[in-house]
Amino acid sequence: MIKFLKGNDAIVLGALYAGSDVYFGYPITPASEIAHAAAEWYPQVGKTFLQAQCETAAISMLYGAACTGKPAITATSGPGMSLMQEGLSYMAAAELPGVIVNIMRSGPGLGNIFPEQSDYNQAVKGGGHGNYKCLVLAPGGVQEMCDLTIKAFELSFKYRTPAIILADGLLGQMMESITIPDEVCTIPDTSDWAVQGTAETRGNLITSIYMNAEVQEKRNLELKAKYKTMKKDSLCECYCCDDADLILAAYGISSRIARSAVDLLRAEGIKVGLFRPITLSPFPVEKLCEVTLDRKVLVVEHSDSQFCDDIRIHISKEGKRYQELSIIFHMGGVIITVDELIQKVKSELGC
Amino acid sequence: MAQIKTTGMYKSFPRSGSDTKTSHYCAGCGHGIVHKLIAEALFDLELQDETIIFNPVGCSVFGYYYLDAGHISAAHGRSPSAATGIARTLKDRTIICYQGDGDLGAIGLNSTLQAANRGEHIAVIFINNATYGMTGGQMAPTTLAGMKTRTTPFGRDPLTDGYPLHVCEMINELKAPVYIERVSVADTRRIMKARKAVRKALKIQKENRGYAFVEIIAPCPIGLKSTPLETARFCMEEMEAEFPLVCLRDNSADQPLLPTPKKIVSVKDFFENSGTDLGISTAVPDESFKELRMKFSGYGGQGVLSLGLWLAEAARIDRRFTTWFPSYGPEQRGGAASCAVVVSGRTVGSPDADHPDLLVAMNQVAYERFIGDVLPGGFAFVDLTVPINVEPRAGVRLISVPALKLAEEFGITQSANTVILAAISAFGVSNLSRESLLSSLDAGFRKKPELAIKNKKLFVKAETWIKDQWKSSEVRECESAEIAASEDTAHGTGRGIC
Ligand code: SF4
Repeated sequence: MIKFLKGNDAIVLGALYAGSDVYFGYPITPASEIAHAAAEWYPQVGKTFLQAQCETAAISMLYGAACTGKPAITATSGPGMSLMQEGLSYMAAAELPGVIVNIMRSGPGLGNIFPEQSDYNQAVKGGGHGNYKCLVLAPGGVQEMCDLTIKAFELSFKYRTPAIILADGLLGQMMESITIPDEVCTIPDTSDWAVQGTAETRGNLITSIYMNAEVQEKRNLELKAKYKTMKKDSLCECYCCDDADLILAAYGISSRIARSAVDLLRAEGIKVGLFRPITLSPFPVEKLCEVTLDRKVLVVEHSDSQFCDDIRIHISKEGKRYQELSIIFHMGGVIITVDELIQKVKSELGC
Repeated sequence: MAQIKTTGMYKSFPRSGSDTKTSHYCAGCGHGIVHKLIAEALFDLELQDETIIFNPVGCSVFGYYYLDAGHISAAHGRSPSAATGIARTLKDRTIICYQGDGDLGAIGLNSTLQAANRGEHIAVIFINNATYGMTGGQMAPTTLAGMKTRTTPFGRDPLTDGYPLHVCEMINELKAPVYIERVSVADTRRIMKARKAVRKALKIQKENRGYAFVEIIAPCPIGLKSTPLETARFCMEEMEAEFPLVCLRDNSADQPLLPTPKKIVSVKDFFENSGTDLGISTAVPDESFKELRMKFSGYGGQGVLSLGLWLAEAARIDRRFTTWFPSYGPEQRGGAASCAVVVSGRTVGSPDADHPDLLVAMNQVAYERFIGDVLPGGFAFVDLTVPINVEPRAGVRLISVPALKLAEEFGITQSANTVILAAISAFGVSNLSRESLLSSLDAGFRKKPELAIKNKKLFVKAETWIKDQWKSSEVRECESAEIAASEDTAHGTGRGIC
């Protein structure tokens, strides 16, 4: 069945089809529609919605629900995401599942409510204190706002680590047709580790305190090993890459603009392709190296080289090479126009 | 000291790293006593299998070494919020937040008060020992005036450090809590009263009656750099002078308020039987279809966002790919509203319309803001009231329609957008079928079918009228080079409409 939905609403629909039981959140533009839809929909299908007093509380509530193995979700934007870093670190440390949606806005500080992608590092590199990684999924449209929310729950329970949906104000606000899922997912049994207030789970303990340095390091290494196994669940889309002279690398809203540019440039006979990571953590490194090998790469992003630097690191860590790496970016809520991008590509290719 | 059964504790404490039977607490510490009281109550009330205990950050961070129940460590001060996460998702559980004065009264005060105010079904056991034990004897929110600590080396000065915080009394200002009492474990008589309070708080959980708060004044000889005996005296005399032992509220005998059961549908039924989307099929790729980028702009209330939605709906009916993207947030508060709609024969890339093929501008501000962006060969529909004071780019066809006036004359003032929709149809500039444009109004007024009928009538009349008035003074069309003066045409008669 087809529905015409706002990206923010599609997240809530996806969460319910993922089998989510509860939404905790604090309103913030441009993520508030997620709270609005959850407040309206969750109770009607017998699920729980609760407005928390702040994002610190919202992520703590998520932590509590996760400790019992309940699939919980929250959504926020920049300033709220910063407040949630404490809870994310605790969730990752205690190996708890849960989905956190960040509808990115411009920063730093209060910034404004227009789209940006400047929380990339915060999401992909941990963000809170300590060595940890979250799963990070970056939808490229409204369909994926739904589908990747479902995926986020699946992976989050599979790896027992929090999953972040990293979208932006534009994806949250725009509407598109989506095909809704056929069935509601079931959440795996968690009674082997969860604390559920039952005889079966009475002996379980969820904590992240290790007073002994060696024991703590052992935990760190276990987490590191786990993060490594997540690699096999990396996802990406390669659009018109096969014969391309130049690869645009972009995720989220930037990838939509890049896609338009690819279509228009191809119509002029200029061979351009688009590499779009769908999971930013784990990053689809293999595919990235494959499509960028000995080619010109132009990174399109709405942040200060955060994504571009990561691409450089990924490729160099693999010992692979590209021909040239350049960037086009805007910040502050200014959106790269398709025209601007086309001009940049042409100047890179000297045509 | 009175004999207290300790069956709710583990027999030995291997979680501490060895199979010890002694706790990690200092001699004379109040925590051990309170643990025993909780353990006994858990056992006697047969709660162990349904209990979840939140361990704080502080000396009692390792409560899970001792109490035989499910355990969770929470971040500093966040236990009541984390406990809320459980209380709201698992019914009939006993949830205990065991917290110290820094955890509960300093870093976690908001978490504490908000959970109390919501009446969460949790028992909060608050250990007040007037100092930070674990961190090394710094000032707590409950440190007494004049008391020397590591961070108040000259004594707590209320003028700079504030006064000791009375958390029980603060919570007593809230309506939701069921039970609030302050007790002490400084001597046997007091311990027996504390025992009763702890049991009551847990019984309230067992019976699902709501929020219970028990503050326990507990000795910390280490923090006070004093002997156990002297610390007990300090608790009974100086602490009680500031924090009187009192039961502030006990509504535990009242019937709890039960939530009214709601009508619940399944997720599938909920989504599959709602909305306007019945009968819409997936878009079909069509390379021959020329992608169209449109911008709709005006004041909020002029229906420009709806107009955009109707175009998107028509595109969906025609099985085109489409996106709708609104301006949002403070942009709207100033009264301005706009949205971009893209209709395509393939998956849409950018949903924005930086350079639209079609612009609708319902007021002067919108016109001035966007007219320069319209691509040559494109169309701009503006309301007749908009003065044409800025020139479009060469090759842009500008069409003025008395939309606001026609809508008013038809008797639905808000429907100027319907007139524009009719104009878009009349001029055939959207590449979308007339039937789909018309049907989009059914979806648009799904919740008010009578308005759908009225607007569809308006659409038909406006469309006919616009076709009749083609190139008349009422509907001006001009290439950018020959913009008509606006004044003489701004007040048409609107004949032929009613
Ligand atoms: S420092 Fe104080 S509170 Fe902590 S264990 Fe020792 S006596 Fe108890």
